[in-house]
Parts: sequence; structure tokens; C-alpha cells
Amino acid sequence: MTAHSQVGTPAMQLVGSDLVCVRGGRQIFAGVSFAVGAGRALAISGPNGAGKTSLLRMIAGLLRAEAGRIECRDGASDLTIAEQTHFLGYQDAVKPSLSVAENLQFWSRYLGDGHGPTAPALEAVDLGGLSDLPAGYLSAGQRRRLSLARLIAVKRPIWLLDEPTAALDASGQARLSELMRAHTVGGGLIVAATHGPLGIDATELRLGP
Amino acid sequence: MNPLAAVFFRDMRIAVRVGGGALMGVLFFLAVITLVPFAIGPDLALLRRIGPAILWLGALLASLLALDRLFAGDHEDGSLDLILLGRAPLELVVIAKALAHWVTTGLPLVIASPVLGLFLNLEPLAIAAVMLTLLVGTPALTFIGLVGAALAVMLRRGGLLLPVLVLPLAIPVLIFGVSAADAAIVGPVPFGTPLAILCALTLISLVVGPVAAAAALRQGSE
Repeated sequence: MTAHSQVGTPAMQLVGSDLVCVRGGRQIFAGVSFAVGAGRALAISGPNGAGKTSLLRMIAGLLRAEAGRIECRDGASDLTIAEQTHFLGYQDAVKPSLSVAENLQFWSRYLGDGHGPTAPALEAVDLGGLSDLPAGYLSAGQRRRLSLARLIAVKRPIWLLDEPTAALDASGQARLSELMRAHTVGGGLIVAATHGPLGIDATELRLGP
Repeated sequence: MNPLAAVFFRDMRIAVRVGGGALMGVLFFLAVITLVPFAIGPDLALLRRIGPAILWLGALLASLLALDRLFAGDHEDGSLDLILLGRAPLELVVIAKALAHWVTTGLPLVIASPVLGLFLNLEPLAIAAVMLTLLVGTPALTFIGLVGAALAVMLRRGGLLLPVLVLPLAIPVLIFGVSAADAAIVGPVPFGTPLAILCALTLISLVVGPVAAAAALRQGSE
């Protein structure tokens, strides 16, 4: 694994200012601002329903902000935030009828250029021996590892992680912290919604009361 | 490999594997066509006269049946969110998905239609005419259905809404598909006229469908 390869521009900064989120006519949060620079991580915390996932989806461009703006300063200028982003939601985007390797191959071709081999990424999440198994047979934790492999197979500077440690065992969580550390060292930036400790140094952004 | 080719081949693979449902449309088509002679009795002349219309109706219903899965699977497991984060234009991605869907569900209907035409006592010329109109017309059904599928995917039980959204828009295709087939068999209109309109409908849906579907998906991702 190329842990220290550069993934983003050194001066890259993701800035959100005065964001307001309204879902189903109800205001979830208002006046939320944050800034994350290259090599930094931001941990979003808050009670259930505080809007952690909504904020991540907003950054990814999957949800429109009612007010406020999100911008990426000094990133790769010709790409939108969405095109530089990995989104790891609570769903794993794994097709049960395709094999583990086929699932990863598809995403690495679709999200990136897909030239790199996918085997090292599978090895990095301890799924190397299961590459030919239909993904329908994977456990929840293994499916989670498979979606983490996507973040390794395709290089994108911004990682948006929604409860990344969910369903992972102790070794999986340790592996995840290792991957996140390598990503920030390489100049990437991470925004994670989490209830527990993230395992890396992160600025905290608390939503809700 | 190009991202669009990746989408096309992934959807093809999923459709032909276990639980993909590629053959479900053909089986439904077969069931509908087999039931018709039981319903209207063994009147061979009548069957021959209404045969093209029955085949077209069967194909329309069978293609509706599979439409539901076009985006639903990707929506349920979160793949749709990631598809929206891709660098390829969403309109083209949607075209790739629709083409894979047509090859796995529409094309089998076209291929099955000659055999089912025999069940309805159609003459070889009529069978050829129906097959040609289905070949030209089923892509229009897929690309019109694409818009409905994209709109319905965000709603719970949206699959039930889908026929209501799509059927009215598919009526012109049905009219000109059947009238082209009829024109080849009994006349008096030359075969080319309704077929040309059918081709035009397909071409319009090829352009409008993906743009509308992509817009619906972007709005619906909230």
C-alpha cells in the first residue's frame, strides 16, 4: 500500500459557513460552520437526529443546504467537491450477486481511472482470501471492510465517513485508524460522523444541544 | 475501462446472475400470450387479426414489470449515492444503465416474439413485421420507463406508482407499433409510414429520457 503518496494539494481546505439544514419542514441545525485543511480530520458528534449524516451528505452534494455555502479552496480546480470525495455511508453499496473482487473493481473503474490492481486494496482490509466469494455471503463487518477497500483503491482527497467504525471488530477498527492516519499524512482530509473515538487526532464539531 | 462501460457490464452481470430477473420479463410475456387464446377461444381468424396487438400489449406489460428494478436496487444499497459522486455525466451513466436494462429485458422479448407469434397463428410476414416493430419500439419503452423509474425510486412502494406514470407516456409507442405491424399485414397504409413515426418516437425518448431521468435522480437524492 502506498501510504504516503500525496492525495490532495497541500493548501486544500474544505470550508462550510452558516449551514442550515431543513428536513421535512423541520430545522435540523442552523449556523453550522467548519473548516478542515489538508492533513486534518474533523469529527462530527452529537445525539441521534442532530444532523450528522445530513451534514456529510450536504458536503458530498447529495443534499441541498437551505442556507450557507460549502466550498473547497485551492483543491484541484476543475473538479467539484463531489468528484474529489469518497462517501462512506451507513449503506455499503455492495452487490450480493457479484464477487468481492468484482464489486471493488466496479467502483474503482467507476469512481477512478480503474487502472490500478484491486488486490492490494483487498489485502489492506484483510479480504484478500475472499476475492472470489459472492459478496452476499459476507458478514456486516466484512461488507464494511469491502467498502473501505474502495477508499484505498481510488485516490480521492476528501473522505466523508458516516459511523466508519460501525460493525468493525477491534482489529478492523485499528486498521481503519491506520488507514485514516495514512490518508491525513498523505495530505488528505477527513470528515467523520461518529459516536465513539475515531482513533486519530481530530477537531470536534458538535451538533445539536 | 471507461466508467460507462463499467456500469453497463456491471448491470449486465447482475441481471444474468441468480436473482437478477433477466428472464422474468420473457416468462411473463409467455404467460400473457398463452392466456389470450384461452380467454377468447379457438377462433384462429380472430387470433390472427388481433395477434400483433396482443404481442405488443404483452411486451409492454413485460417491460413494465422489470422497470421497477432499474434504479431500486442501487437506491436500496446506497450505490446510487456513489453513482452521483462519479465523474462521468449522470445523463450518460443513465444511458449506460438503460442500455444494459434493454439488452437484458427488452431484447429477449424481441427474440421470443416469433415463437409467441406462432401461438397466435400469425403468418411469417406478420411475425417478421411484429418482430421488427418490437425491435424498434422496445428501446422507446425502456427509455420512457427510465424517467418513471427515476421518479419512483425515491418513494416507498414507488414500484406501484410506476405503471401509472409510465403507461400513459407509452401509449403513442403502442399505437404506432401495432399500426405498423397491422399495415404490413392488411394495409392499406404503407408499412413505412407508421414505422417511421415509431422510429421517431424511439429517437425522441433516447434524447429526452436520460436527461429527465438524470434530473429526477439529482432532485431525488435528497
